[in-house]
Amino acid sequence: MSESQHYVLHVNGTLHEVGDAWIGESLLYVLRERLGLTGSKGACEQGECGSCSVLIDDELICSCLVLAASAIGQEVITIEGIAPVGSPTDVQQAFVDFGAVQCGFCTPGLIMAAHALLERTPEPTETEIREELSGNICRCTGYGRIIEAVQRVSVARAGRR
Amino acid sequence: MSTTTREGVVRGRLGDSPPRPDGVPKVQGSFAFSGDLSADGFLWGATLRSPHPYARIVRIDVTPAWRIDGVAAIVTAQDVPGKVTYGLISSDQPVFASDVVRYVGEPIAAVAADHPETCRRALDAIVVEYEVLVPLTDPERAIDGSHPLIHPAGNVIRHQRIITGDQSLVGDVVVEGTYVLGMQDQAFLGLEAALALPDPGGAGVELFVATQWLHEDRAQIAACLDLAPDKVRLTLGGVGGAFGAREDISLQVHTCLLALRTGRPVRLAYSREESFLGHVHRHPATIWMRHHATDEGVIQRIEARMVFDGGAYASTSSAVLINAVTHAQGPYKCVNATVDGYAVRTNNLPCGAMRGFGVVQACFAHEGQMDKLAAACGLDPVEIRMLNAMETGDALITGQVIENVAPVAECIRQTAALPLPDAPVGGRDGDPMHLPGGAGLTADVSHIRRGIGWGVSIKNLMYSEGFDDHSTARCRLADGVASLKFATSEVGQGFVVLAPQIARSVLGVDDVLLEPIDTTIGSAGSTSASRQTWMSGGAVDGACRLVRERLFEHVGAAHDIVPVRLAIDGRDVIDTMGSFRISVADASAGQVFEETFEHHHRPTEDLDENGQGNCHTAFVFVAHRAVVDVDPELGLVKVVQIATAQDVGVALNPLSIMGQIEGGIAQGLGLAVMEEIVLTDGLVRNASFTDYLLPTMLDMPTVVATMIEIPDPMAPLGAKGVGEPPCISSTPAIVAAIRDAIGRDLSRVPVRPADICLP
Amino acid sequence: MSVLVAATLNEALELLSAEPDSMVLAGGTDAMVEINMGHRRPARVVAVGRIPELRTWSYNAESATLRIGAGVTYGELELDPFLRWVPALSQAARTVGSPQIRNAATLGGNVATCSPAGDGLPVLAALEAIVHLVSLNGSRSIQFSDFMTGPKRTGLWPGELIEAVSLPVFSRWQGYAKVGVRNAMVISNAGACLAVDDVGGVRIALGSVGPTILRCPEAESFAESVVDHQRRSVRESDALEFGRMAASAARPIDDHRSTAAYRRHAIEVLARRLLRRAFPNV
Repeated sequence: MSESQHYVLHVNGTLHEVGDAWIGESLLYVLRERLGLTGSKGACEQGECGSCSVLIDDELICSCLVLAASAIGQEVITIEGIAPVGSPTDVQQAFVDFGAVQCGFCTPGLIMAAHALLERTPEPTETEIREELSGNICRCTGYGRIIEAVQRVSVARAGRR
Repeated sequence: MSTTTREGVVRGRLGDSPPRPDGVPKVQGSFAFSGDLSADGFLWGATLRSPHPYARIVRIDVTPAWRIDGVAAIVTAQDVPGKVTYGLISSDQPVFASDVVRYVGEPIAAVAADHPETCRRALDAIVVEYEVLVPLTDPERAIDGSHPLIHPAGNVIRHQRIITGDQSLVGDVVVEGTYVLGMQDQAFLGLEAALALPDPGGAGVELFVATQWLHEDRAQIAACLDLAPDKVRLTLGGVGGAFGAREDISLQVHTCLLALRTGRPVRLAYSREESFLGHVHRHPATIWMRHHATDEGVIQRIEARMVFDGGAYASTSSAVLINAVTHAQGPYKCVNATVDGYAVRTNNLPCGAMRGFGVVQACFAHEGQMDKLAAACGLDPVEIRMLNAMETGDALITGQVIENVAPVAECIRQTAALPLPDAPVGGRDGDPMHLPGGAGLTADVSHIRRGIGWGVSIKNLMYSEGFDDHSTARCRLADGVASLKFATSEVGQGFVVLAPQIARSVLGVDDVLLEPIDTTIGSAGSTSASRQTWMSGGAVDGACRLVRERLFEHVGAAHDIVPVRLAIDGRDVIDTMGSFRISVADASAGQVFEETFEHHHRPTEDLDENGQGNCHTAFVFVAHRAVVDVDPELGLVKVVQIATAQDVGVALNPLSIMGQIEGGIAQGLGLAVMEEIVLTDGLVRNASFTDYLLPTMLDMPTVVATMIEIPDPMAPLGAKGVGEPPCISSTPAIVAAIRDAIGRDLSRVPVRPADICLP
Repeated sequence: MSVLVAATLNEALELLSAEPDSMVLAGGTDAMVEINMGHRRPARVVAVGRIPELRTWSYNAESATLRIGAGVTYGELELDPFLRWVPALSQAARTVGSPQIRNAATLGGNVATCSPAGDGLPVLAALEAIVHLVSLNGSRSIQFSDFMTGPKRTGLWPGELIEAVSLPVFSRWQGYAKVGVRNAMVISNAGACLAVDDVGGVRIALGSVGPTILRCPEAESFAESVVDHQRRSVRESDALEFGRMAASAARPIDDHRSTAAYRRHAIEVLARRLLRRAFPNV
């Protein structure tokens, strides 16, 4: 396509050159289709489901609502960037152990949101968990086990402090 | 190899809740969903859809699209090499519309190109000239024949009556009502997506796809492509939820066609808007019911008329209707019935399978009736339900005797025993999030009224009316490691964790490998109808037992013990009448035992013209109690708690069951208070997540649940399916609670704010 | 199509001046939806989300005025010091989309999109905010009510950028309320901001019930005549009348999200409840 541009994105600590990309591509599209980082999921492309959540300069953001070419010079962290394959974080392990995963499509976005929540509020109340994760739609679990998983991590981390 | 400790008993057997094998990949984002798959040199596919609910296609001109750089293929109806229609029960749906479009979003053409944006531009460039026709959108006009036929197969998809017992009985107490349900969407998060890889020379095709039923897809695809079934090979792409919406095919034929046409891999994926248009939904329905009872509240007769809007194509409408009419009485004794049911064709979106499959609609009606009956007889909602609760040995209005465990009264009793919420309206910490309206700060505690409501349901398990929905599994044991092969779609429900649990329990092994889920083994049937624990669980159990017999024969021969004396104890084979003991690993060293088993349930039969016959396989039961807080003036609702006791047979994996209970309740809540595809004259008004609202974490209440474990002798593992019941009676329980809070009759779901607060 | 990320306000203005048709991209929460859906394919995009001048705020104690840069996000506006100074704006901020959306969505973007359902806009209308606009040709400041000319229509000139919004910091009660069908992440079906200014004036502005944000002059002057500032009280019958007057100022429509009748009714209830919150003693 003619309207292409060349730019560099900083993702998971690595600089990625993006060449010949159509300039209307969202960050979600570029992550998935050009950088091979398919952990971020797209389910609505309008910020109404949270499946594509990433951290941009430490803020939890829907990557579908970021024009990729405008994210130059920013630090993007995706689900692939928070732990090496096979070495899940405490939040990831808790999701597995406490039944927070069913189909798993919303899961990467929820993991990103849960990490962001626990960074900011290490010991959230149940209501705080519900509000802070309310931008992440899950269609399988009814959320009960997800809340349980986040609470378990919070308690475990408090115990270590 | 697993690093599981070798001490003591095998971990992750039946009754445990071991971690899902796909859990870590899913939390790390490395699990490959069908939309994540790609192949070297692949092309993007996209679908052109009708903007009209009903129109004649005058002309299709694709030539302008060919002028766009990067377009590799454009296909329309004339490019379909085989059967030009498909369908699960009757083959009435065109692969591409060619002469008439019958619903908004009906596919007309598909393109393949180098980039999604190129595809969008190509679709924009295709010229379709329509002669717009007056759509049929009122189901009653399909029944009364006042609208011209919109399909050669007619405007009525199925009409079924149930006539039994005394047709003229009039009860001491008579209550009636008309209940309306809007169109619900399954709204799985993982959008429709597939990757097709053509064989050289177009001799066949390989398709990776998110589906509920690989073999049924294959049969339909092969027919449309005019290929032998074995030339179409399907592998399950990771499935991001299903809930019925992946039982019909959607993009499968289109993707394969584009791949065969271009000789290149093709990826096709739907947007959310397309997904709303491109799969079948829960039927909107209007149900009139009249209950006759004695003064004491004993149900004597039910009358019902049910109209299900099937939309433009048949899909599974006839089976959905059968479920509705045969469940009209609910989980209550009743011997006299007059039920009339229609599934009709309209120019609305096609409807078919969604979790609950016709019973959701029937239950909303019969539970509304039960509350009316209770009020008329001076009973409370629990008393009326206990009084009429069905038991094993009772007959349905179809004449079919319930042979399953039927703990209806126990479900109600145990639900009632669960604690009510301990926090007052508004909670203890003053956070506005506890009130209806939440952060919108619409209400103060003084504005809110609390209500409590009940819903109880019966649901059939497996397929009905003579369909043999069998399942196949293969087990292989070698050197102490079991591997399992089946075509059971894992859509999130967790069969991939259950199957190894079965193998560990039967064979005494720790390590169970799962082979790819594809069509290189026999069918597993569909992941629907709450059937895979029973059917594929039964198949895996059967295959493992056959392997165990082979193992015992081998050990018996080697150690001169009659095989029937052998048993599995922990990780060992033991002689139950002696002291001999050998580990399964040692006993199977250097050996390969492999067996395949097909599990069939007992046969069922068609209903006759009076709706009589043993049409169902088995039944499951559940009760729900909802507590809601309502702002009567603004019509806003906050569901505070759902309590439930569910008949599960045996809890093979309690954590998975809890996930099904909570997840199903969330969908029931959605239907009760927010989820509806809004159609006006056949046009869809809200095909997006901005306007089709799903429950968020702030909408979903705490669930308190009890599992009633009474092993069902008819079930292969004693366990009943658990997926559908949670979403069936949770909806009427919530609506009953709203009625209780505001003292107003509500007969439509979703309940809209105006239904609560405006005249 | 090209994407240009402006580092300074001046750079952004130069880019806009050179090609006034450029699409201005702030938080992206509205603009990207249009691009993703293929509804908009702009020739040029100027991203202003990282311009430091737009991301600041300042408080002038002398005039009791808060000036909020257009690039301040709703996530920031939810919290102190905004919660202390303009609580109604913080309350509105908490209802914007989801946490992810609030981390990206800016006040300036909300003003530029100017949807009647924009959550922050009733607050700006009630507080009589000033919108500060800037271009290479200079700057101008206009009342928010003059800026919003219709549904998604504004008085923004080509080449102009929203630089900031200023709001008075009042010492008396103010609050926001919004009705949606879900308890989170929901578009407003009806919303209202009520604020009591420092001379005792009662102001109310309505969202999602007209082509623009609507003030209710009749209801406002009625309220001023019946409330008791000393005792912070209002008679129940007067609160009811106030609600009815606010509702009669609404000009709602039927759409797939709600009905005109419900929206008008909701305004009546919200206006009454807001007045009672401002004057809680009967």
